[in-house]
Amino acid sequence: MTPFLIIFCVLAAITLSTAFLTVFSRNPIHSAIYLVICFFSIAGHYLLLNSQFLAVVHIIVYSGAIMILFLFTIMLMNLNKENEVHKPRVTRLAAVILFCSTCLILIAIFVNSKPIMGEYDATGEDFQSINKLGNVLLNEYMVPFEFASILLLVAMIGTVLLSKKEKIEK
Amino acid sequence: MNNVLNQIGIENYIFLAVILFSIGVFGVLYRRNAIIVFMSIEIMLNAVNLLLVAFSKMYNGATFANAPTSTIGIDAQIFVFFIMVVAAAEVSVGLAIIVMMYRNTHSVDINFLNRLKN
Repeated sequence: MTPFLIIFCVLAAITLSTAFLTVFSRNPIHSAIYLVICFFSIAGHYLLLNSQFLAVVHIIVYSGAIMILFLFTIMLMNLNKENEVHKPRVTRLAAVILFCSTCLILIAIFVNSKPIMGEYDATGEDFQSINKLGNVLLNEYMVPFEFASILLLVAMIGTVLLSKKEKIEK
Repeated sequence: MNNVLNQIGIENYIFLAVILFSIGVFGVLYRRNAIIVFMSIEIMLNAVNLLLVAFSKMYNGATFANAPTSTIGIDAQIFVFFIMVVAAAEVSVGLAIIVMMYRNTHSVDINFLNRLKN
């Protein structure tokens, strides 16, 4: 057990347990909080893989923006009650079976496949700092970058239009 | 410089991402609360992101030895960046739809969406 493996195991345990708790907790506020912890541990995975930029962006976008949006929506709709009706038992059983079979099949595929590389090269070359990413993003991915900004603008307009109160014209 | 994947192994990341993705699928099928369904979709997107970052770490060293000007290790990280952009847009529009639905039906139960037919 090397130190990196121990860190990985701890982070993976946090990620998986909080993801399960997100699905299983009755109170939506608790699910949102568990999901925030899950996102923080995924940012920890990014840091472990030495991609600092993505880790910071992940914390800012997911934990900062998206989860605040979720929490505001939950509080706005006053949903922190625990009176949710369950799905019919057949549907839940089917969900459990599908979860187990998806896990089993995918893991069996990857266990039985041959490893592509025995050793992972480490050149020491820096390829995931903001410097390199920014160069590639604004040279080769210039057009998708602009389209992303258009997408965000359209999403913003759509959100405002959707959530605006409709005038009653009757 | 020691590659961290030598000590952890790409297989562990693949298994973690597979289980995380399956939890997302499970959440979508299991819950009736539309907001929890959205959170499960976020979990699935995050599983894919994690796998992309791990594979970019794995392949960059191999390609750098052959073609030093190749950007193949950076591409995956930029895909992750774009996935985050799309996820942010998707969540904002989706939550607006849920708020509108709550205003009309006073519930976030996805079974009530049957009423869209009429």
